[in-house]
Amino acid sequence: MSAMTFLNAVEPHLPILLIIVPLFGALMATFMRSGTVAWFISLVVSVLVALIAWKLLNTILSTGTPIIYKIGNWEAPIGIVYKVDQLSGFVLLVIAAIAAVMMPFARRSIAAEIKQRAQPWYYAMYLLCLAGLMGIVITGDAFNAFVFLEISSLATYVLIALGRHRRALLAAYQYLIMGTIGATLYVIGIGLLYVLTGTLNFDDIASRLGPALADPERRNAVMAALGFAFVGVSLKLALFPMHVWLPNAYTYAPSVATAFLAGTATKAAIYLLIRLLFTVFGVSISIETLPVPQVLIVLSIAAMFLASFSAVFENNAKRMLAYSSIAQVGYIMLGVGLACLPVLAATTDASPATTPNNGMTAGLVHIANHAIMKAALFLALGAVYYRIGSVLYKDIAGIGRTMPLTMLAFGIAGLGLMGTPGTAGFISKWYLALGAIDTGWYSIVFLIVASSLISLIYIGRITEVVWFREPSAAAAQAKEAPLSMLVPLWILALLTIYLGLDTRATVDVAAEAAKVLVGGIR
Amino acid sequence: MQALETLATHYNYFITIVLMISGLFIVIARGNLIKKLVGLSLFQTSVYLLYLTPAKILGGTAPIYNPAYKVYSNPLPHVLMLTAIVVGVATIALGLALVVRIKEAYGTIEEDEIFSKDPDSE
Amino acid sequence: MFTNLTAPFLGTPTGDLIIAAIAIPFIASLIIPLFYKFPNLREAVTLIAATLLAGVTWSLYPTVAAGGQPELLVWSVAPGLDLAFKIEPLGMLFGLIASTLWVVNSIYSIGYMRGNDEPRQTQFYVCFAVAISATMALAFSANLFTMFLAYEVLTLSTYPLVTHKATEDAMKAGRVYLVLLVGTSMVLFLPAILLTWATAGTLDFTPGGIIKPDALSPLLMGGLLALFIFGIGKAAVMPIHFWLPAAMVAPTPVSALLHAVAVVKAGVFTVLKVIVYVFGIETLTSTTANEWVVYLASFCVLMASIVAMNQDNLKARLAYSTVSQLSYIVLGAALATAASITGGALHILMHAFAKITLFFCAGAIYITHRKTEVSQLDGLGRLMPLTMFAFLIGSLSIIGIPPLGGTWSKWYLALGALDANYQFAVAVFMISSLLNIAYLVPIVARAFFKPLPGVAPGEKVKIAEAPIACLIAISITMLGCFVTFFYADPILDMISLIDFTGSETNTTAIEPSGSTIATPDTTAAGTTGETPKGAINVR
Repeated sequence: MSAMTFLNAVEPHLPILLIIVPLFGALMATFMRSGTVAWFISLVVSVLVALIAWKLLNTILSTGTPIIYKIGNWEAPIGIVYKVDQLSGFVLLVIAAIAAVMMPFARRSIAAEIKQRAQPWYYAMYLLCLAGLMGIVITGDAFNAFVFLEISSLATYVLIALGRHRRALLAAYQYLIMGTIGATLYVIGIGLLYVLTGTLNFDDIASRLGPALADPERRNAVMAALGFAFVGVSLKLALFPMHVWLPNAYTYAPSVATAFLAGTATKAAIYLLIRLLFTVFGVSISIETLPVPQVLIVLSIAAMFLASFSAVFENNAKRMLAYSSIAQVGYIMLGVGLACLPVLAATTDASPATTPNNGMTAGLVHIANHAIMKAALFLALGAVYYRIGSVLYKDIAGIGRTMPLTMLAFGIAGLGLMGTPGTAGFISKWYLALGAIDTGWYSIVFLIVASSLISLIYIGRITEVVWFREPSAAAAQAKEAPLSMLVPLWILALLTIYLGLDTRATVDVAAEAAKVLVGGIR
Repeated sequence: MQALETLATHYNYFITIVLMISGLFIVIARGNLIKKLVGLSLFQTSVYLLYLTPAKILGGTAPIYNPAYKVYSNPLPHVLMLTAIVVGVATIALGLALVVRIKEAYGTIEEDEIFSKDPDSE
Repeated sequence: MFTNLTAPFLGTPTGDLIIAAIAIPFIASLIIPLFYKFPNLREAVTLIAATLLAGVTWSLYPTVAAGGQPELLVWSVAPGLDLAFKIEPLGMLFGLIASTLWVVNSIYSIGYMRGNDEPRQTQFYVCFAVAISATMALAFSANLFTMFLAYEVLTLSTYPLVTHKATEDAMKAGRVYLVLLVGTSMVLFLPAILLTWATAGTLDFTPGGIIKPDALSPLLMGGLLALFIFGIGKAAVMPIHFWLPAAMVAPTPVSALLHAVAVVKAGVFTVLKVIVYVFGIETLTSTTANEWVVYLASFCVLMASIVAMNQDNLKARLAYSTVSQLSYIVLGAALATAASITGGALHILMHAFAKITLFFCAGAIYITHRKTEVSQLDGLGRLMPLTMFAFLIGSLSIIGIPPLGGTWSKWYLALGALDANYQFAVAVFMISSLLNIAYLVPIVARAFFKPLPGVAPGEKVKIAEAPIACLIAISITMLGCFVTFFYADPILDMISLIDFTGSETNTTAIEPSGSTIATPDTTAAGTTGETPKGAINVR
């Protein structure tokens, strides 16, 4: 069989391969004795998954119609379907690409941070987590999403627990409690929806919710379902104030795991929430039954400010970035919240159905941009940890002089986080502010830029520490990170700039997805 | 009287709610890591009941096709809960494993004692 | 609108020159670190880059002086966010000043940094080059987005220069600098840009402005202007001025070029561009949204002068003098008449030469005699006659005495104030000139007429001047103060090409032949009318 016919034969099954490949890879990694072999398997699998995701997104964008994969050829309401549309294709690629880019970094970092015999387990869990995240995004079935959510979560707990410090165990335990509560709340919501509609397929639920809402007795149940599912998923994506598990988990997990989780795990949960709000419940239901947009906007803004303030006063660089992640999730959810609100007619010439919603575009773009920037920042810290074994401010003081390339990449990604024009972060904030203007919430524009100012303070503070303070004993001895670490780091750092100047890859796709999500409903 | 009647006819829902709330309460109120897991398990179990209650059709039988029976229970929630039980078992197993490791590392499984052993937030 | 207009200039000499003007300093910043072990080669790179850049900007001048406006769309970042450049007279003027003075300043820097044996000189030259690159991009920007981008890069690249000494004081000043400049730009400037976008649907600098008089309520119009005026923190309008005195901890060449020329002038230049090409002077005058800025700027002019009088530290006094002089330009912009804008633009040039001379002198005094306070300068004229003479010339130019450049800018500013019917503004200019005398002339008087401490009045003292590189730089800028008086005509001609209304009716150099009188809606017609003319002149 020639390569061409093989590819043709495989092509229709790409959606399921997205799950099977990492699952199988995880199985193989489990049986390996050597961390290096397991790493190589993970590398191959990650790249393969990224290529599949890229191919899927390209197909969607060129045809414009969603890819629907029926597992076992069972039709939708009976069987489980995988559905890849512009939104899920976009998120799939973001997650897979981030995972693949940081794999070369992982080998040395993991070899240094995790005991020899546990290394294959790390890679197995990582691949399991990747499979789970892919599954959350690709599935079109509400309960299947729960299963994948738990697969990825269980793997995540192990990844965190593999951290070097004993507090990693406690962080993993706390996350396990919170994560399980969140997942269970989600499942309660889904259960109520199933009782109401008799189906678990996202699209089918959506089409059958209308009559349920019209019936005053069942209306309460719809509200309860929305409430449970919303809170459950919000716990997973660390929406303020359901974020308490996140700082410890990110601080004590192995460096690569932190970078991976910060870039991808919350993003999959955000995807699930967007899917629930816009596809399953639909904006009209979300607004009519519960004040979802208001809640989202208030909580997001609270996250943007309070979490950023916490970041300012942190003395542990990883925890500082963890708090910043909570704030950045706030930006994404603010965009989502704004997308729920009606667009003022005066600000747009065309009808909302044909122009992409700026708020939603901002949220989706920031999913990609934040994943890239935060992964770069955490990888830079991972390289520092690899060299000096600490990321406390007192230890990394003056490290810019001995590890200039690493810290320069850190600085670039930091600029992106602040939303400096010319970086990806600016594009996110630009669309977010446009979204706020579209809905007439001018005050939010000021809140967005004011919170950027706080990020200037915490990024400025660490910049001062690493560049201008006298080097600590450890930092003075440090050497520049090895090439296998610098390359992934710089790819992400340069992407931060590139996506700030050429937005076709992010904004155009996000706008397409926003059009499908928000445009279709109005 | 009305309330009592509702209670009698919907008793399984009330059991679900009681389990749910007591489970959550234990998770939050207890400092012992094992007891927290017990609470978590209760909380998850309540969901099984929530799914199974509407799936059981009164007078229905197991959904194996047989011309003798006209009414079947809905098989789907049962299958779903089978999955959920597996997930729940895995979660509790992992949680317990973590507790074992925590006990090894800290010598205690009481939350307040653990926190007092790592006072610095670094 | 760019698709049609870029065509004549893409791949043409002017298009390449625009790129070159921004790329040369940037590439220099990449080459400089390679020579960190060879100071002579490193400085050679800086000098070559500076000379090349000056050559490039001057070669653009004939095109612009002939009425052409070369433009270049580099990249469209997102709908409405274009990375585009367009050289109109104001930008040309600013570009010429910055690039020419970079040459002079580089010579001075070499003398100063070596004479003072400063650490981390490579970092200094790298950041300096990046800052110049950003300045050129800012000067040539064709829309608010490009300008904002360059504005932020300028702030960030000058931060390491401010904190160059890495002392606790320098770090503190650096924090103030960064938080105030980035802060105002993010919290006020960016929302202003967003609001402009929401109102006008474009960010392009367009003759006659892009905001129509009735597009916003008078309150919002004033508010938007306030966002711009305070958001452009580099213009140092009170109360956003205190970063400037704080930034004086930087080495003197930094203070000289950046805080007398590039950075602060980037601020007032941005204000001028916003008033002329975003609001349009007609929009402003018809809605009287500019009125409060006139009063605020007048207050700043006087207040900063009074504060300057009480500063004993020489650089601090010069810094407050800068704050005051910047408000002249803001005032000129706020008066919103052709003459006052001309005055403001001229003042960018005149003040640049005068103030850089003064800073050069302050630096020369510091590295030769370690004196930083005005009260220490007694009799210094006998030790450093050339330096103190240059200081006198710079002071007189700032005061506005002929035959020095400062005369013209004050003349046009006053003329503009009369045009706009703000007689009191004329009085402000007069009083402030008196205050300038009060805080600048005593410095020179002290140096020449007071006895040198520890030396008998008749005794001969050995002249101890600054390093020769510094003296060359000082002499050049001092001469510049004279030259700009006698050769102000070409500059005035170029400024008169600015199309204030978008209809080309009040410009003198361009015959209204091709294009019909454009309504504010079709402002683009004004530019299309001009562009081919420029293109012809290039060939």
